[in-house]
Amino acid sequence: MATKRAKSQTKTKPSRVRVKAKTLAARPAKKSVRKVSGTKPEQFADPLDILVDASARALDLPLEPTWRPAVKGNLDVTLRLAALFTDFPLPDDAEPAPVFVA
Amino acid sequence: MDTSTAHASEIAAAVAAGRVSAVAVVDATLARIAQHDGALNAFTAVVEARARKKARALDAARSAGQASGPLAGVPFAVKNLFDVAGLPTVAGSKINRDRAPAVRDATLIARLEAAGAVLVGALNMGEYAYDFTGENVHDGSSRNPHDLARMTGGSSGGSGGAVGGALVPIALGSDTNGSIRVPSSLCGVFGLKPTYGRLSRAHTFPFVASLDHVGPLARSVRDLALAYDAMQGHDPDDPVCVERAVEPVTPLLAKGTAGLRIAIAGGYFRAGLFPEARTAIARVAAALGVGDEIEIPEAPRARAAAYVITASEGAALHLERLRARADDFDPAVRDRLIAGAMIPAALVAKAQKFRRWYRARVLELFAGVDAILAPATPCTAPLIGQSTFMLDGVAVNVRANLGVYTQPISFIGLPVVAVPVPLHPMPIGVQIIAAPWREDVPLRIAHALEAADIVTAAIPALEESRNKPRKWRSDVAAQRHK
Repeated sequence: MATKRAKSQTKTKPSRVRVKAKTLAARPAKKSVRKVSGTKPEQFADPLDILVDASARALDLPLEPTWRPAVKGNLDVTLRLAALFTDFPLPDDAEPAPVFVA
Repeated sequence: MDTSTAHASEIAAAVAAGRVSAVAVVDATLARIAQHDGALNAFTAVVEARARKKARALDAARSAGQASGPLAGVPFAVKNLFDVAGLPTVAGSKINRDRAPAVRDATLIARLEAAGAVLVGALNMGEYAYDFTGENVHDGSSRNPHDLARMTGGSSGGSGGAVGGALVPIALGSDTNGSIRVPSSLCGVFGLKPTYGRLSRAHTFPFVASLDHVGPLARSVRDLALAYDAMQGHDPDDPVCVERAVEPVTPLLAKGTAGLRIAIAGGYFRAGLFPEARTAIARVAAALGVGDEIEIPEAPRARAAAYVITASEGAALHLERLRARADDFDPAVRDRLIAGAMIPAALVAKAQKFRRWYRARVLELFAGVDAILAPATPCTAPLIGQSTFMLDGVAVNVRANLGVYTQPISFIGLPVVAVPVPLHPMPIGVQIIAAPWREDVPLRIAHALEAADIVTAAIPALEESRNKPRKWRSDVAAQRHK
């Protein structure tokens, strides 16, 4: 049953894997990465795990299993920090700090 | 004068007057390095032949009646991310050891040598400058001259250790988020992080182009100013280096603090401090007669935005190396860089927009004050190998958090002098922060504090190195400069 539920969630709710810094950062971290027996690596329960795996694959970055917790932990900290300024109100016409001069 | 431990200003005056030869100064320096670097592990290369050749040329020029430069005969060393002709620019890494030797010196090395200074070697650092500890898995940790069991701070760890242990009077470091100011604080020396764009970064190995600065560390404010003045000036090889007239600060040091309005950074910069950091700020503030607090707006957000930009740009710089040679990185650096590559671009763009807003708000503060005092580090040097410390009641990672008070300042490129408060058993630094392009202000304040003995870079008693000096990778450079 657990396997079916996990597969079902992945198929019918793809929006859960979208990157939302605030959402990811605001959620309490899961105590353990739950991998359902017989599923593929992308079917982890935590969206951050999905982001880590998908990013590593898309960017062709090596990701050994022993590195994974530290990479995920670092990304988690970074996204939590990003949440401090992503919701800070700035006008639409705010310019970024670097200015290109032609 | 003990030429092996004298200040740069004393050495330059003595060499210019002919009281001591540049060769004698360099010999004494090389002997002190050989005696103590096995314990401090500050140097990764010593360019003995090059240094002696340069010293002989200086002495010959003086004998021929040529004027001596303001740094005549002054030995100095550089963080090993500066190009040194004949050496691969390792930047604290294993991977870069495979690079071809640099074909020329970094701009700042050339400028210091044009002023008469003598390069004696390259210094240990945290891998690729992504570090606040001074630990390095490839070269071994830099060790704090005040307690060899403790960190130097980083990433310019060898720079802090070499100056703090009086192996050289001046060293160059780089500072992206605090990498000059953190080791200055933990090793008890003076450090100058100039305004972003003031000093050329040309021919150095980068980390985060948006935030990278370079600058000097020294054991006196005058030495800091002399080195800084010799290095100023536009450099077309660094597109960030501004076209701005040289503005010498050494002649301004004696002006003191008269007329300067100074405040203490409150809020974020008062939270999480260990007692020693509170004591240091209180001593400096009392000596300056400063009691007013000022709020630097949104500092936690600024620190967070600097963190995100650093992680993302650092990852972009190393993406190919991560793909090809991930096993050759320090694992702690590798894991941060891989995570940095996964940061959504929208967050980085947002951080750069916030940066402009924050800069404008902070610059408004300088309408009312000329300088702001803030802690350089939350605490004195942690033990080597210590991975966490308590910050505001929360256990946090040392490597990422020793710079929590430096990061919001370099984020917008403000000039800062870190001054060492000689607490016992370990020193700790205070940041003196000014408006852009006003390096003269914190240097004047630092000079006044030094004259009043409130801040000082004391030379610790060092045991003679038990280990034989390591085989330095100086052979190539030595051959080249013969």
